[in-house]
Amino acid sequence: MNPEDIRLILATDCGSTTTKAILIERVGGEFRLRLRGEAPTTVEAPYEDVIVGVRNAVTEVEELSGRRILDEQGNIIRPARDAEGVDIYLSTSSAGGGLQVMVMGLVRRMTAESAQRAALGAGAIVMDVLSLDDGWETYERIQRMRQLRPDMLLISGGVDGGEVSRVVEMVELVGAAKPQARLGRQFQLPCIFAGNVQARPLVEEVLQDVAALRIVDNLRPNMDRENLGPSRQAIQEEFLRHVMSHAPGYDRLLAWVDAEVMPTPAAVGKLVQQVADAHQINVLGVDIGGATTDVFSVFDGQFTRTVSANLGMSYSISNVLAEAGLDNILRWLPEEVHPAQLSDQIRNKMLRPTTIPQSPYGLRVEQAVAREALRLALEQHKALATGLKGMRRERVVSFDQQHLGEASLIDMMKLDLLIGSGGVLSHAPRRNQAALMMIDAFEPRGVTRLAVDSIFMMPQLGVLSQVHPQAAEQVFWRDCLIPLGTCLAPAGTPRAGQAALTLEMKEQTLPVAAGEIQLVPLAEGEKRQVTLHPGRGLDVGEGPGKSRTAEIEGGVTGLVLDGRGRPLVHPAPADRAPTLTRWFGEMGMYPGEEVGNRG
Amino acid sequence: MAEARAAGTAYTPTLLIAAETTIQRERRLPLSGELHVAVGDSVAAEQVVAATALPGRVSAVNLARELNLPPGEVERWLLKRPGDTVEYNEPLAEYKAFFGFFRSQALSPASGTLEAISVVTGQALIRGESIPVELKAYVSGTVAEVQEGEALTIECTCALVQGILGVGGEAYGQLAMLAHRPEETILPTALTPEHGGKIVVAGAHLDWAVLERAREVGVSAVVAGAMRASDLDRLLGAPLGVAITGHEDLGLTVVLTEGFGEIPMAGETFDLLNAHAGQEASLNGATQIRAGVLRPEVIVPLREKTGRETPPPSGRLEVGSRVRVVREPYFGELGTVTALPPQPQVIPTEATVRVLQAKLDNGEEVTVPRANVELIER
Repeated sequence: MNPEDIRLILATDCGSTTTKAILIERVGGEFRLRLRGEAPTTVEAPYEDVIVGVRNAVTEVEELSGRRILDEQGNIIRPARDAEGVDIYLSTSSAGGGLQVMVMGLVRRMTAESAQRAALGAGAIVMDVLSLDDGWETYERIQRMRQLRPDMLLISGGVDGGEVSRVVEMVELVGAAKPQARLGRQFQLPCIFAGNVQARPLVEEVLQDVAALRIVDNLRPNMDRENLGPSRQAIQEEFLRHVMSHAPGYDRLLAWVDAEVMPTPAAVGKLVQQVADAHQINVLGVDIGGATTDVFSVFDGQFTRTVSANLGMSYSISNVLAEAGLDNILRWLPEEVHPAQLSDQIRNKMLRPTTIPQSPYGLRVEQAVAREALRLALEQHKALATGLKGMRRERVVSFDQQHLGEASLIDMMKLDLLIGSGGVLSHAPRRNQAALMMIDAFEPRGVTRLAVDSIFMMPQLGVLSQVHPQAAEQVFWRDCLIPLGTCLAPAGTPRAGQAALTLEMKEQTLPVAAGEIQLVPLAEGEKRQVTLHPGRGLDVGEGPGKSRTAEIEGGVTGLVLDGRGRPLVHPAPADRAPTLTRWFGEMGMYPGEEVGNRG
Repeated sequence: MAEARAAGTAYTPTLLIAAETTIQRERRLPLSGELHVAVGDSVAAEQVVAATALPGRVSAVNLARELNLPPGEVERWLLKRPGDTVEYNEPLAEYKAFFGFFRSQALSPASGTLEAISVVTGQALIRGESIPVELKAYVSGTVAEVQEGEALTIECTCALVQGILGVGGEAYGQLAMLAHRPEETILPTALTPEHGGKIVVAGAHLDWAVLERAREVGVSAVVAGAMRASDLDRLLGAPLGVAITGHEDLGLTVVLTEGFGEIPMAGETFDLLNAHAGQEASLNGATQIRAGVLRPEVIVPLREKTGRETPPPSGRLEVGSRVRVVREPYFGELGTVTALPPQPQVIPTEATVRVLQAKLDNGEEVTVPRANVELIER
């Protein structure tokens, strides 16, 4: 169907717990989200058929819209006619545990890390990274390959023309392990080789009876270049061919869709990339779920995705507590809390992951945990979003894999747009709560726009952008993103008693004191030319103490003038309650006089 | 249909507490092997029903590098061939030059069988002795199905209690009631050497001193309402990050029926365990709170069946349903549903969610999110 003839689009995202359907309609030349429906995903027993959940979610769309979409046989009616059917149907999927990939490379910080980036960028969960310098014994590597049962193996190693034997040596371990695929016991494990071209015939020889081998261009053809595209493409194709086709009901889902089903994170990444490219901006997106937190970034055109597999708000909430430590959770709570009780309370959420906070105190606990989960996820993202390690540089005769090119690409001063997604951000009762959680966790510097994904439809829009970029772009800006406003924050440690930042806006001069935060209303859609004057020694992007002019945008929260310093200076435990109460009060975070009350 | 779906997503699936139910448990070998039983056979819980041998650990040594030769030349100097048995530190290859004046050896890093030598890399793989694995029946019952060489299914009519979280693996023993009431917290002195090898039921709260004493007297497993998260961390030696358990080697298995903190064991759970005091039970702490949820369980095979099986949970929340609140501020309270408003309502966090109204057993009338209750169906 020609894109200009498309009027109604149905898209689903089959998540691990919920299948979400959205209906998009062209009205007066513009695509808008019309409504959404959802239903539990049905990949597991007793249904074991993804289509049941898709039909249920679509049925809800039918009931809400009054439009008939499914025919008597339960198939999607296409194309759209009067009061029934849609023109195209698309889907993403992360059900059944998503796409689980094991990665191998020669050197952990070089080819193995490049392979890890390729797999993550393709929307995979990286189960393990094996390399010759990973510290494991041979038998342990083989044991891991056998036990983890990945969906797929990605093997990198060696630059083109480099030494062959080490690569083959590693592949021989795969031969000895004879790993099995997670789904479809009778099938061979899909295995992608993206290493030294000279090693190809030997790799084929070793793996011919062991795995379903596919060979693609080297993802690290030389030390100075990464070539991740062919590997990502191959991972996604193998995902469809091997993994999805063995998951229950997916044969029909694959037959239904008008464009290839994408792994959910790959679709989100696609959308983030398109937004960054189209507007020439640096974007950071985060999706915090129950089990995992995904971070996507595009800085200076370079896309990176990471998955923090055990940072999440329900299944993984105890792990956030374990990794962050109780003190780091407590530092976001204004009330006096018994540490052991707080620990029990957080752990109970893991045991009953679908429960929700009922009291404002319970909500603050969840939002405290969310800040730490987001902070840790960004730390992990920064560690992987780096320049290439092992790069030769002029005048450097030998290369040093530890120290060259390790600077993170993530420069929070250069960040233009920060997008938050996932239940704890998208469904925060007040949008200001989402804004402050993101500011506290990510500590944006300079001038940064903030937004949340209203109902997490970025996956569906990502897959839509493959077939109808215009529709995806329109719905993204008009219905998906909720602009929260702009955060203005100087980097450095403000001096007590002085202004950390003074904002000139129209005729107003707004100083914010060191250690304080100030909320200035500026409605959605409104823009202002402003000048930022940082306090002495502080930086808003032009260098220490230098002023900066910028155009800023409002949102449902407004402008957040953050004088608390970067890195953020936390109050001493004795000052915590009054300081947090002041910050939360200024941001209008919680109802009434609730702060400090554990009721 | 929409209402049924919404209700279906509105609460945590109930943990199963059944006075009489027929269950099937699959026993699968990690690799193909041998089954010792056939369909229709009666088996005892601790009987070995299948066995296999896992391939031994693989060790590698690069002979070319050890001998300082191109990989293609290694073959000439081999002392051992693929298929040969080798001992730890035994020479696999020896290179001699200049009439034996220059000599280098490549030694085996492990005992086992020389599995392969690569002509491309010179890498030799030595596989250690295979590791025997024996599979127990786990529950006393009847073999219902076999997949030759792979797996079997055992059927058992039993009383069944699912817990909320366990640590440690399969355990067996006689059920011993240490607590007399579900809200009772026992003291370490309640445990005596007679409790060695038994599954003890400890009531409400399991504290560290009791756990230590249980290990000391060799208790097989402890079932309790709740414990402090910090005590569980201490037991595990590290904080529990994700609830995927069952492989820990702790000297005993622990099953919690309610959660963390100080929470009495649900009355019906306690009563059911109490009704089977002194009987042999099987128990597994393995828990997985993710997709494909797995809860720990206590299984007491029934000697006599009544034929009146506990019906499977309907999952229907109705006015009059008995519920337990599983989130603060009413955590652990029992009550009866008095209303199910169809429209979402604003709760004190300001979130708009589907709620229910309930009269708690302490007389208080409360409104709670439907997501925060568990149904008690029996």
